[in-house]
Amino acid sequence: MGKRAAAIVGLTEWAPKRVWDEPMFTMEACARLAAEVLADAEVEKGEVDGLVINGLRESPMFAPSALAEFLGIRSNFNEVVDLGGATPAGMVWRAAAAIEVGICETVLVFTPSVPAPPQPGANGGPMKMKMGAYMGGEVWGSPQGQFEIPAGLVAATPSFAMAAQRYMAAYGVSEETLAKVAVDSRYNAQANPLAVFYGKPITVDDVMSSRYVADPLKLLEIVMPCYGGSAVLVTSAERAARCPHRPVYVSGYGEHLTHKSITYAPDIVDTPIRLAADRAFAMAGVTRDAVDMASMYDCYTITVLLTIEDAGFCAKGQGGRFIDEHSLRYDGDWPLNTHGGQLGMGQAGLGGGMSHITEAVRQVQGRAGERQVPDCNIAYANGTGGMLAEQVALILEGA
Amino acid sequence: MVHFSTDGRPLPTPTPITAPFFDGLRERRLVLQRCPRHGYFFYPRGRCPDCLGDDWEWAELSGRGTVYSFTVDRAGHDPALASRIPFAIALVDLDEGPRVVGNMVDCDVGDITVGMTVEAAYEDVDETTLLGFRPAV
Repeated sequence: MGKRAAAIVGLTEWAPKRVWDEPMFTMEACARLAAEVLADAEVEKGEVDGLVINGLRESPMFAPSALAEFLGIRSNFNEVVDLGGATPAGMVWRAAAAIEVGICETVLVFTPSVPAPPQPGANGGPMKMKMGAYMGGEVWGSPQGQFEIPAGLVAATPSFAMAAQRYMAAYGVSEETLAKVAVDSRYNAQANPLAVFYGKPITVDDVMSSRYVADPLKLLEIVMPCYGGSAVLVTSAERAARCPHRPVYVSGYGEHLTHKSITYAPDIVDTPIRLAADRAFAMAGVTRDAVDMASMYDCYTITVLLTIEDAGFCAKGQGGRFIDEHSLRYDGDWPLNTHGGQLGMGQAGLGGGMSHITEAVRQVQGRAGERQVPDCNIAYANGTGGMLAEQVALILEGA
Repeated sequence: MVHFSTDGRPLPTPTPITAPFFDGLRERRLVLQRCPRHGYFFYPRGRCPDCLGDDWEWAELSGRGTVYSFTVDRAGHDPALASRIPFAIALVDLDEGPRVVGNMVDCDVGDITVGMTVEAAYEDVDETTLLGFRPAV
């Protein structure tokens, strides 16, 4: 049996939107998210004694203390997690581990992604936009700034495209099979009113006729960047038992990384999720067959194929066949990303990664509505950060 | 750190430890550090990424290798690169071992394949020379 020390007991999630009508400071977003997630879990704010964030726009230094001050929280565990798309999954296990060792009991985990109110006199200008794609590589001394950026290896899409290209050459997978991942995700999004593509199903032909962005990846195989926000509440098993929703234990977890830029990945088609997932499954004492639904980070279609293989759900090289042979729909034989994934729901910054966790929690708690997977007790959720770099795997089990 | 060419292209700002690599490119030579125990490594750094030893030496490579993977960028994710699309980015396994990154030049982007043999090409942009690759002859 896996860990039973800490459980997710509440969540809140805002519908991702391409245009956000209500700009707010990150701290204000956290305050609203905190009020919502505490209400969902029926936990008092005074019980919170831990905060996990990715950073705080209004306080680039001393971020946790600035947020504790803003929220009026006396906090014993204060963590900034910097793992790209794997950040939310990394946040959840850190919160659970901190609770298990006894340094805190109830932890707020935040992933806000909203625009700030316009700053008087400020002009970000084109340079700001340019640097955004560099992911920190623009600073003095950065290897990325000297080798990857001048080659045009910026943003994320070309890196994942090279993984797809290599995979196709090494193992063979058709573009139509990759397209099916996007199509099944979009099908699931039709049962999620929060999804940015709710009401907009697509077909394999739609994906195949969308334009190439970075060969072999096409537009409809790539997430839509959005604004949004989400939060979850993690607490001790003892406290969780007195919450209204079924506690969802963080029963196993693993994390692994080797590189920042894709150039230095030891093998771009054998990703670090392998070791993260092996550790998570071993810790949870759960077999792959026992998983009732999977919630896999899906910034691109190729990410899902590589994760299905490397997380151990099929052998290396068999991912294409696995995708062809299974329905990945919420009403299919292998439910995956039942919320629509980020491909169907939109990528609200780090809220995109968090959506894989909130959906797994909803499913295990039996509150996924129309898209509920019957008798869902064990979920696999993971996060992929950067250029197939940071990887975190979670096993989430109902009490 | 990057700076920008006169036409807006991002260019490297060499550091004390990487300067010999870029100096080599300007002379049409591909030089990398070689650790006596672990061989060549890329990118330049003060200590070998295998053993953290500092007894490496700069040495010249053949410039020949094979394409490990590549993509043709048709979007120009960096606005400064939008004028260059479509352009090809390749990861190249050099014959001497290390994997490096560069643009494919002197070829049609549609002719590039995984596993094709390539040779170093040297692309001058303003005062900087970048490492690129072309199909081997």
